[in-house]
Amino acid sequence: MSPRVRLVLFLLGAAGFLTTGVLAVLGAPPVGTDVHPYRDAAVAGALAHATANVVSTVNYDQRALDTLGEETILLASVTAAVALLRPADDERVDVPPPDVVRSRSPATRLAGWLLLPATLLVGLDVVLHGHLTPGGGFQGGVVLATAVHLLYLAGSFAALERLRPRRWAPVAEPVGALGFVGLGVAGSVAGVGFLGGVLPFGTLGDPLSSPTVILLNVAVGIGVGFGLVVLVAQFLRQEVLVR
Amino acid sequence: MSPVLLLVALLGVAVAGGVVALTRDPEKQAVTLSAFGLLLGVTFVLFDAPDVALSQLAIGAAIVPLLVMLTVRTVRRRQR
Amino acid sequence: MTTLLTVVAFGTAFWLVVVGAYGILRSDDLVHAVVSLSVAQSGTYILLLAVGYQRDATIPILGAGGAGSTPIVDPVVQAMTLTDVVVSATVTALLLALTVQIAKRHGTVDPDALRELRG
Repeated sequence: MSPRVRLVLFLLGAAGFLTTGVLAVLGAPPVGTDVHPYRDAAVAGALAHATANVVSTVNYDQRALDTLGEETILLASVTAAVALLRPADDERVDVPPPDVVRSRSPATRLAGWLLLPATLLVGLDVVLHGHLTPGGGFQGGVVLATAVHLLYLAGSFAALERLRPRRWAPVAEPVGALGFVGLGVAGSVAGVGFLGGVLPFGTLGDPLSSPTVILLNVAVGIGVGFGLVVLVAQFLRQEVLVR
Repeated sequence: MSPVLLLVALLGVAVAGGVVALTRDPEKQAVTLSAFGLLLGVTFVLFDAPDVALSQLAIGAAIVPLLVMLTVRTVRRRQR
Repeated sequence: MTTLLTVVAFGTAFWLVVVGAYGILRSDDLVHAVVSLSVAQSGTYILLLAVGYQRDATIPILGAGGAGSTPIVDPVVQAMTLTDVVVSATVTALLLALTVQIAKRHGTVDPDALRELRG
């Protein structure tokens, strides 16, 4: 297809897309409206199950089945990406280069080492309080994965290779997904339905309220955190080690 | 949250998104993508969506641009 | 003000999808195409959050006393956007891994050059 034909096709498609878009918007309520039927339903559900963060109650209680789907997409993508990035037969994997610690300025290293524990703590906090405050397994898992890679900033690739749980991280990621399914099955066995809350909901705003949401957050946090660690590790290895 | 700030942020996102898509060099794109991700995160805060902003800031402004940068460098070495 | 916000918010969402698609069309590098795709995807985040926005409402967190007098913005679209952000990042990573493989196998990541290689 010549570039000209491609451009004409694109312009036709874009015109059609924008036309239907404008028609849809004309029939929709304006941005900032106070009519939100889904919001009202979600808030009622959140109050019934004592979960302060309504976004979390949608993700891990009311529509937990969808989140299981997301978790599965995540697992499949990470597995496929890691399989694609394995060194091929005709490639050689270098030994980790000697510490590049000396090439980093002391200030950078200090910042890395100071940020590492702080970021790990923030990540844990975000996962464990996802039912009360903004956060949860998805966001906390991402923060935790970022924390581990501060090691690269702090020390060296070699230190990262040693300390990063490469051997068991690929195993830990599916454990998160399995934990999610396990909690779902527990609901079925207890007779409250797949992914229904088995444990008592508690009082709204209490740190241990909505325990099922907390547990599902932990499962997703494990899946997302280790998934991203494995992913970034593979891309880094590809760049630094594989020749 | 003030709608005026939200308007400004949305216009910023529109401009930044255009810049990212129209930057030809992927290595420079990693940088503009990071700035775009940051702006999106700020916009989400103004939309009263702190949960979304949190994951956007970590993912969109840090991890994805890092992966893009690493891919560009790996690919450049492979090109004949 | 409301009309202006509606136009700008939905306009930004559609613009991001279109400009991302245009980036893919003009791309001479698969990495560039993948990044452009993620720009197009960002349009959906803005669209969803714009649909759920309410002026003078607060974030979707309930106080200890339950639903207060201040309304909250729609949490359902936020939950969708939240998972969308994380999942799209892993899909982007998968596409980038594919690009690395293509570079290894064919020595180029220019879509047009790849088409010629296949003959």
